[in-house]
Amino acid sequence: MEEQPITPALVEEHNLTAAEYERIVATLGRTPTLTELGIFSVMWSEHCSYKSSRVHLRRLPTRGPCVIQGPGENAGVVDIGEGEAAVFKIESHNHPSFIEPYQGAATGVGGIIRDIFTMGARPIACLDSLRFGPLLDAKNRFLLDGVVAGIAGYGNCIGIPTVGGEVYFDDSYSLNPLVNVLCLGVARRDQIFYGKASGVGNPVIYVGARTGRDGIHGATMASAEFDETSQERRPTVQVGDPFQEKLLLEACLEAFKTGAVLGIQDMGAAGLTCSTCEMGARGGVGVRIELDRVPQREEGMTPYEIMLSESQERMLMTVAAGREGEILEIFRKWDLEAAVIGEVIADGVMHVEQGGRVVARIPNTALTDDAPVYERPLRRPAYLDKVNALNLDRLALPGGLFRAFKDMLAAANLCSRRWIYRQYDHMVRTNTALLPGADAAVLRLKGRRAALAVTTDGNGRYTWLDPRRGAMIAVAEACRNLVCAGARPLAATNCLNFPSPEDPEVMWTFAEVIDGIAEACAAFGTPITGGNVSFYNETLGKQIMPTPVIGMLGVIDDVERRMDIAFKEPGHAVLLLGETLEELGGTEYLELVHGLKQGPIPRLDLQREANLQGAVREMIGAGLLASCHDVSEGGLAMALADCCFASPDPTMAVEVTLAQDLREDAILFGESQSRAVVSAPDAHADRIAAIAADWSVPCALIGRVSRDVFAIRLNGHTLVIDDVISLRDIWTTSLETILH
Amino acid sequence: MRAKVYVTLKRGVLDPQGKTVQRAVKSLGFKEVLEVRQGKYFELALPDDVAADRARQVVEEIARTVLTNTVIEDFRFELEEA
Amino acid sequence: MKFGIVVFPGSNCDHDAYHVAKHVLGEEAVFLWHKDESLQGCDVVILPGGFSYGDYLRTGAIARFSPIMKSVGRFAADGGRVIGICNGFQILLEAGLLPGAMLKNERLKFVCRHVHLRVETCRTPFTGLCAPGEVLSIPVAHHDGNYFADAATLAELKAHDQIVFRYCTEAGLLRAEANPNGSAEHIAGICNRAGNVLGMMPHPERAAEAMLGSADGLKIFQSLLAAPAGAR
Repeated sequence: MEEQPITPALVEEHNLTAAEYERIVATLGRTPTLTELGIFSVMWSEHCSYKSSRVHLRRLPTRGPCVIQGPGENAGVVDIGEGEAAVFKIESHNHPSFIEPYQGAATGVGGIIRDIFTMGARPIACLDSLRFGPLLDAKNRFLLDGVVAGIAGYGNCIGIPTVGGEVYFDDSYSLNPLVNVLCLGVARRDQIFYGKASGVGNPVIYVGARTGRDGIHGATMASAEFDETSQERRPTVQVGDPFQEKLLLEACLEAFKTGAVLGIQDMGAAGLTCSTCEMGARGGVGVRIELDRVPQREEGMTPYEIMLSESQERMLMTVAAGREGEILEIFRKWDLEAAVIGEVIADGVMHVEQGGRVVARIPNTALTDDAPVYERPLRRPAYLDKVNALNLDRLALPGGLFRAFKDMLAAANLCSRRWIYRQYDHMVRTNTALLPGADAAVLRLKGRRAALAVTTDGNGRYTWLDPRRGAMIAVAEACRNLVCAGARPLAATNCLNFPSPEDPEVMWTFAEVIDGIAEACAAFGTPITGGNVSFYNETLGKQIMPTPVIGMLGVIDDVERRMDIAFKEPGHAVLLLGETLEELGGTEYLELVHGLKQGPIPRLDLQREANLQGAVREMIGAGLLASCHDVSEGGLAMALADCCFASPDPTMAVEVTLAQDLREDAILFGESQSRAVVSAPDAHADRIAAIAADWSVPCALIGRVSRDVFAIRLNGHTLVIDDVISLRDIWTTSLETILH
Repeated sequence: MRAKVYVTLKRGVLDPQGKTVQRAVKSLGFKEVLEVRQGKYFELALPDDVAADRARQVVEEIARTVLTNTVIEDFRFELEEA
Repeated sequence: MKFGIVVFPGSNCDHDAYHVAKHVLGEEAVFLWHKDESLQGCDVVILPGGFSYGDYLRTGAIARFSPIMKSVGRFAADGGRVIGICNGFQILLEAGLLPGAMLKNERLKFVCRHVHLRVETCRTPFTGLCAPGEVLSIPVAHHDGNYFADAATLAELKAHDQIVFRYCTEAGLLRAEANPNGSAEHIAGICNRAGNVLGMMPHPERAAEAMLGSADGLKIFQSLLAAPAGAR
């Protein structure tokens, strides 16, 4: 075993506490080797062990009739009928993207794609949920530019369309951008592969890129706060090779068809360490590997380095004994490295040898199920009372609501994302049945009538102001977005971005968010099938707003019944479904126009929300609607504008006349939940009203689709009137203008 | 032996990357830079015992057929004893 | 008609082209592996889009050395019909089967969007069913689509009716704002002098079904089915 003595300083350098070290010694019954210390350090890091979040995550609903595989595997798997399954998950790559935006984002994309095809699925789409600081700051512009280029560079090259997502800007994300990537794949239901070793004596094969000294301690990096020296940690950032991963993807899918592959796991965070012990643990067996047989890119790598390397584009698989030749041949065909590096053993340990010496021997469960679990202290943050005391009586109406509307069209949080999605190949694989800009992405399933719809949602400002309700709204909005696209929500994945779990106030918001997600997911029947927790999103003591992002998957039974947000024809009736309340707390308008980040955020009644969604689904199912768009950030005025701008015809406009005894700004820009704007031919208006009444959903005819003139009239006077082309121009070019 | 191959866009072919770098350099206050041309740089390792003539011939051939698209790019190279 | 779709390492529109040939057109289609030399008796060879060899050196630069490209070269010389789409076009340029070269997009960003193309010549087996000057809506998705050729080559292309598609406005006008990448003379696609080899940056296979926003790309494939052998 290795000679280097384990000192308290060395233990601390590995982000392990003294108590955790005691536990390691007790588990092993001896002092760990340096390699073993490194292994414990990464496996017990927050990133891999979920030690602070685990007790809370147990409260999430994870079962449902469609769920084939819930959390705990590389990705969640749900049944989508006709013998097919959807495999999907969202994951963060926040810390690496702050250090090196291009490579950080690129490897984030590469990592989640591997999680999907590892399970036997062909990836069909990615979505990205991004958060940055305000674009007035050049550093934030640099981060946005780099992250978008990195996502494009990886996704476009590997040939998986980036079909949607979201991006929002807030000062709390300066120095702490969020990069959350969701990948969706499709597999045969009976051809799902798991990260599980089985069959004593079966060979363990390493495939993909060679191991170098990349990203050693990436997992522990993602589990620590940032300070001034973080920029100097650059060497730990891995470099992505999308071409290599494309070959790996094709070779793996080909290998799966042989029936010789028994288990497979991606080497992501914590690399060879994680795949070796997790595969053994899941299979109730052990894995013995010989490091001399691991393909290496650099000379003289130590066992510590090989075990902790986070070189990208690598996989570990177990194969039926005697069939390894067949598998190696497939990888050779694709010019990929593949080598038998060990075998499955009966003892439930991770057994690592180099040069005939044992360099690590650790019980699998010590690294996985029996890793430390903390019940961290919780304390309700003091700020909550202060920021939830908005008094609308003291909020003056702005001088010109039209001016405010134009400012909102140009706002970074509301304007067109064209500058971003045009850099992404969003059409490759020819399944993209709704182009970006819609409420949800829709992917057809070739050879089937059904299609999949997928979306990501999360409003950090809402969750900062009210963690529980904010999280519920994220789930509700994700479902609503799918329903507005004509889908039936099936299941969800979540990415929970928070500051340090060692801060009791952060932990309290985390617990609240979990309860909110749990309640809403249970109400909508959309179990959580996986996801990721990203803690320590704070730099120099500055914390991000708690930002849970919900990825939601749904099925459209008939792709021809998919729905988009664009108005189709002048003269069509425009109807507002749902009720507008006098709610301005937490809105984009309140922050943009009044400079206030205050609650209370909009109310959410789960029953009303379910009714609205039921009504919309019935209307779309009956073929009554020409367009459907949920009302969210920016309120009714923004929703109407979106419906015009989504039309390929630049003159498509709308004229509405509202009559309601509320503050004018609340009517235009309030973000009351459970609402949708729909358009339809007049002939359908009665049936739409009848369906709405059946579901107890308020339904009001508010205007008509028009040409050229965009107008909003309220209680007898005109609030907004302009040529739609000039409004569209503000909205379309704003992001480009800010960035160049 | 080591060969260093430099590939640049031909004169007259628009180099938007070079232009972008030049703009950045200028905006940082370096007025002295008149033009930036972006290119690629390759290092080829050859055995030490290869004759210089042969090395030159091989590198030239590789540079011309693989490393450069002669429609838009020029190359030059130098050989270095290890 | 039998379509052969070449699979280079890094090709990623190979399945899309196959889908159109096989399932939309209902024709025979096979994949051709880059390490093989046989074209399996195909009538049309498609070099699909993607990032062959990662496009790490130059787009299409390494793929052209693949064994299959020797056969494609011979096939083209014998009058066989070849379409290079996006990366496939870049490979045809690198292989010298079409004149000119690709530069990075003027704005240095990858661009994915629907564009309008004006059909500049119907005297090819790929555009026989189009009307002269017809405007097609077909998407582009590339980082290096800025077509370059020197003045003499451009003059040659014009003299021999080799410019097949130009980027244009919806109304068919040639305008800088309608050109997504800055290509010379708004060129989106060209053919060889004999007319049997077409290279184009836009993706007709992505515009072959109305569900995807446009079926205009189908005209290119249907023209092939309708074109008599040997016709320019």
